[in-house]
Amino acid sequence: MNGRVRLVGEGLRKEYDRRTVFRGVEFSVSSGETLLITGRNGSGKSTLVKIICGVLTPGGGTLSLTSDQDDFPRDERGLIGLVSPYLQMFEEFSAVENLSIAMGMRGLRFDPRAADALLERVAIFPRRHDPVRTYSSGMKQRVKYAFALIHTPPVLVLDEPMSNLDGEGVAIVRTVMAEQRGHGILVVATNDLSDIDAHERRVDLNERR
Amino acid sequence: MNGARTPLRSFLRSVGSVFFKDWRSELRTRYAVSALLMFVVTTISIILFSLGSEGASPDALSGMLWVVVFFAAMSGLSRTFVMEEERGTTLTLQLLAPPGAVFFGKLLFNLVLVTGLNAVTVLLYAAFINGFVIRTMSIFVVTVILGSMGFAAAATVIAAIIARANTKGTLYPVLSFPIVLPLLLSVIEATRKASEGAFFGEAAGEFQLLISYTVVVVVASSMLFEYIWKD
Repeated sequence: MNGRVRLVGEGLRKEYDRRTVFRGVEFSVSSGETLLITGRNGSGKSTLVKIICGVLTPGGGTLSLTSDQDDFPRDERGLIGLVSPYLQMFEEFSAVENLSIAMGMRGLRFDPRAADALLERVAIFPRRHDPVRTYSSGMKQRVKYAFALIHTPPVLVLDEPMSNLDGEGVAIVRTVMAEQRGHGILVVATNDLSDIDAHERRVDLNERR
Repeated sequence: MNGARTPLRSFLRSVGSVFFKDWRSELRTRYAVSALLMFVVTTISIILFSLGSEGASPDALSGMLWVVVFFAAMSGLSRTFVMEEERGTTLTLQLLAPPGAVFFGKLLFNLVLVTGLNAVTVLLYAAFINGFVIRTMSIFVVTVILGSMGFAAAATVIAAIIARANTKGTLYPVLSFPIVLPLLLSVIEATRKASEGAFFGEAAGEFQLLISYTVVVVVASSMLFEYIWKD
């Protein structure tokens, strides 16, 4: 296990073509807590999410993910799970193959039973061997949850968590969120506050321009 | 987490996963292979029709072989990165695999692809083009192997650069030409020596250049790739 983890952003800033998207973003969130990121369209919610996930470099400031465990891995790829509308699966592959690819690329061992259990949980199990391109948008969103959770990350980042989901899907996501809060950090970027039951920390990007 | 990992084993598993993802994807879609084969067949047919019954000098035929390989490689090898960009899976790769693993996984895939392409091209070229004779097979085989490695190395990093550009199709051969020029000149010269029946040692200079070129391109690319790939 990863012990108690802590995600800290200090003075985060990002510019695109000399246009400041946000600046002075500060937050500190620990295991068992939720960080809510809000802001109007174009305020940089997805940009901040990408910075937290390590796929975008901030223009300034620092981001750190630490743990009280000595053997905590340093590579954030095994530590963060992301669900977002702009994250695409490898559509020529099935849901199971996508999970296998995700684990392999993270340098981790793939456990087919764990994958089956996860796909059962997000109600994709009967279609798990079909290519993802044949899925509906709601089913693809469910696979993204399996994709984000297969390595049991200490930090789960959800950008617009409920998009394309039906009532059953929303209920699954609420359970996933509650479980993540039980053992790790949950980061949610949304403008719809009904998506989230509770949060301990909040970054409003409308105030950070 | 999922058990203890050594950094090297984790990295190698990541490289292998990138390679096998592309390999299985190619087996299912035949995207790059179809484009490459069509290009090779079309180009050799045009050369065949334009030469007619007249022969050409060994120098010209050696050069034409590598012209076919160059443009075929340039039309197909960029797919590894362009396809990720078009399908929107670049972010997925960035999220999952370290940049070095993406580079070496894609390099490995391109190496397999270009080696297969070169083997098919050489066989078709030798079968259909009159006057193309290889007298020193050892020089030719080593040239094709080293040339394939050099092409794969250069093509991989150039593909990563142009995948982000709007004019992907036209930019690739334009950007590639000056970078692969030393490689092209060396393989053409070595092929000419092979067709003239030179001793193996006489092509040592070309082989040294091809090996140096590949090593320099791979090392420089692996160092620069993170900056090309990340933002």
